[in-house]
Amino acid sequence: MIRPINIQPPRPQWGVRGDPRKAASLSAPIERVPVPPMLNIPIDGLRGAVPRLVVGKGDRVEAGQLMAEAVAGASSVHAPAAGVITAIEPGLAAIPLLVECTIITIETDSALLEHAETASDPFSLDSDALCARISEGGIAGLGGALFPTGQKLETQSDVDTLIVNGAECEPYISCDERLLYEGADRVVRGTLILARAAGASQSVIAIENDMTDAWHAIHDALENCPAPRPSLAAVTAKYPAGGERQLIEMLMGTEVPLGGLPGDVGVICQNVGTAVAVADLFDQGRPMVSRIVTMTGGAVARAGNYDVAIGTPVSALIDAAGGLTGPAEHLVMGGPMMGIALPDASMPITKATNCIIASAPGELSQATGEMPCIRCGECVQVCPARLLPQDLLSAVRNSATVMLEELAVDACIECGCCDYICPSAIPITARMIEGKRLLARERFEERRGDMAAQRQAHHDARLAEESARRTGELDEQTSAATLVDEADDPIAAAVRRSRERRSESDDSSQ
Amino acid sequence: MNGSSATTQTNAPFLHPAPTVGAVMRHVLYALAPAAVAYVWFFGPGLIVNALVACITAIACEALILRLRREPVARYVGDGSAIVTAVLIAFALPPLTPWWVTVSGTLFAIAIAKHAFGGLGFNLFNPAMAGYVALLLSYPDALTAWLPPPVGDLDYEPPGLMTTLTFVAFGNLPDGQALDALTRATPLDAVKTGLGQMLTVEEIRASSLFGDFGGRGWEWIANFTALGGLWLLYRHIIRWHIPVALITGLLVPATIMYLVDPGTNASPGFHLFSGATILCAFFIATDPVSAATSPKGRFIYGLGIGFLIFCIRKWGSYADGVAFAVLLMNMAAPAIDLVTRPRIVGHGRQGAEP
Repeated sequence: MIRPINIQPPRPQWGVRGDPRKAASLSAPIERVPVPPMLNIPIDGLRGAVPRLVVGKGDRVEAGQLMAEAVAGASSVHAPAAGVITAIEPGLAAIPLLVECTIITIETDSALLEHAETASDPFSLDSDALCARISEGGIAGLGGALFPTGQKLETQSDVDTLIVNGAECEPYISCDERLLYEGADRVVRGTLILARAAGASQSVIAIENDMTDAWHAIHDALENCPAPRPSLAAVTAKYPAGGERQLIEMLMGTEVPLGGLPGDVGVICQNVGTAVAVADLFDQGRPMVSRIVTMTGGAVARAGNYDVAIGTPVSALIDAAGGLTGPAEHLVMGGPMMGIALPDASMPITKATNCIIASAPGELSQATGEMPCIRCGECVQVCPARLLPQDLLSAVRNSATVMLEELAVDACIECGCCDYICPSAIPITARMIEGKRLLARERFEERRGDMAAQRQAHHDARLAEESARRTGELDEQTSAATLVDEADDPIAAAVRRSRERRSESDDSSQ
Repeated sequence: MNGSSATTQTNAPFLHPAPTVGAVMRHVLYALAPAAVAYVWFFGPGLIVNALVACITAIACEALILRLRREPVARYVGDGSAIVTAVLIAFALPPLTPWWVTVSGTLFAIAIAKHAFGGLGFNLFNPAMAGYVALLLSYPDALTAWLPPPVGDLDYEPPGLMTTLTFVAFGNLPDGQALDALTRATPLDAVKTGLGQMLTVEEIRASSLFGDFGGRGWEWIANFTALGGLWLLYRHIIRWHIPVALITGLLVPATIMYLVDPGTNASPGFHLFSGATILCAFFIATDPVSAATSPKGRFIYGLGIGFLIFCIRKWGSYADGVAFAVLLMNMAAPAIDLVTRPRIVGHGRQGAEP
């Protein structure tokens, strides 16, 4: 049975509602950033998966040319602009965590790829062909996790509902909202293609209830859409309403099991940007070579949303946004709740980069002056996973892995709501991550111990078997010797006689 | 960017709008101001003098112990939690209390109830109530010597500053007056004693001590306390669960008993406006450290306190049961937390129908 979609879910109990700070970047149309002379394109996917390189150092690439082929966990990579590959080397990039990964450096000599000749009609293709084409197009989940979209569509079978996630709940970030407004037709078209690829019988575009312009744009785009139309849902503008699990809980009235995937409840989620990228892939033959990035913060001259080639250094984006008006206190990639502080502005924009914040002094802050937990319980109130962060904190402090397991530290989605409201300024999310690591290590040790014990058991069993076999053989030998050999073995007969004599003399001496 | 020196990867989130522990404690103190004004109006400046004595003791004791425990003294003293404890003790003490009583209660609260358990955040018991109960058991006479409010036809003047200071410093009143000459039974005492003498509640309430609901003066203090409490709710410093549950837990049995037998049971309004009900509901039971944590847990915790207050007032040997009720529920809080753990999202229901 297919669950109905609740297009106006009630206000959730969890989460936080602060100043959205989106207005500064939301008003201007999306602007394209000129391709810089040097692009540094990180190609790694999930957990160190590296796609197969099909180009080498010194090769010339054309705009849109395939540079690396998708492997499990990593999407294929295309050249955003024509140029010469000057290096393929390890380097730091945020994908979305700051890690060392393989980076292709292109010295560019053309503009950003507009469209290719290979536009195709998605509705003439079946689900498998669509997934393969999406995979070839290098489409990755633009919501932040960079999961290869083609693989996600293929692996999550039994999906009946597609949710296109436009509930961009984190403060500052407005790239999805602007894209919903400007590219409503492409969002709807991408939704239809994704639904077909996923084999979903119903689909919904979910936005937040304060996105008035986006709501109207999508509403109008849906009017012209052939049936069955995707529905349009508005969730409460509250962080983290756009979290995958939270959105599913609100729209479908069901929870994704702990340790499971949305597919377990028949749902697949895709980001608005991903839907548009899919539409562009089929309608313009354009693989994923750029993405929309929100450039904002009090220190930047012209906050707005920018279409940026993957691999563009953050500094080039800042320049395109009119440069800095003063010193930027923090340079954050991602939003203020889950983003990371960049070490410097030379970091490349990746497929996971939805926002860059260059903050004016005092605009953003780091938690300072940690105090003891006063058990105020505010973290319990805001936690979207209904965890007990205050109890988890003491479990982490005591490395109490049994407690960490019981209180399900793994259910933490690291949204940062608890840090946001903590009066004691405790870096709770960081502690939860520490707790997850502790538990993972404990489980690993346990598994290793189990395996060792199993090996030992096998070893002992083998030894026992062997010795049993040997003893058996020996017994056979001895009995055989007694039966067969004595007749013609004078030594054995002599030994037996002497033993009998000795026992007789022992008896007589007593 | 502030140069290339910023190489450390710092942790999100980058927004911290929450009030600090210090700010929370300051809000609690501000919210006590209306109650303090009403208190001084009806009972003289004793509260202020006691609060000063308690605060100085609390800060000195807290600083010394933090130093011994090698904790950052200025930062932890600055959180204001010791001052809140001291002020709550002062509210619980009669206006005329010798200084050594106040000092020993405060010392017990800070040194034993708070720091011996690990300091702020780790204390099992509400320090103010632990200190008060220690005093109630040690100096029962000093702790029940309440003054009557100067209202109505009572021929009485509240003690002035000099009288108060003399008594606090030396334990004697000037001019050789006996303390008994000034003190009167509190309305709760009067009801308890009266019922013990087989009087009906109506007969007891005929005394000029009583006002519309509770005791004269007392009910106004309760009103002003509630004002501060509502402000705390409005500022999200406390949540509604404990106050609402506590008042419910007190009023439901009080109403039932009153309806069954109004002759031997005080009215629910009397329970609400007498003694420390309102102070407890908004300022004492809401101490997060020693309360249950989850919203459901807090509701049960509040209900328990309210019900115990009623039981102690009705059947106990003490006139008011606020401090005992709070300490008893402090003991129960860990167990309440354990049984009211919220179901973790995705746990148990495993994608089942809602």
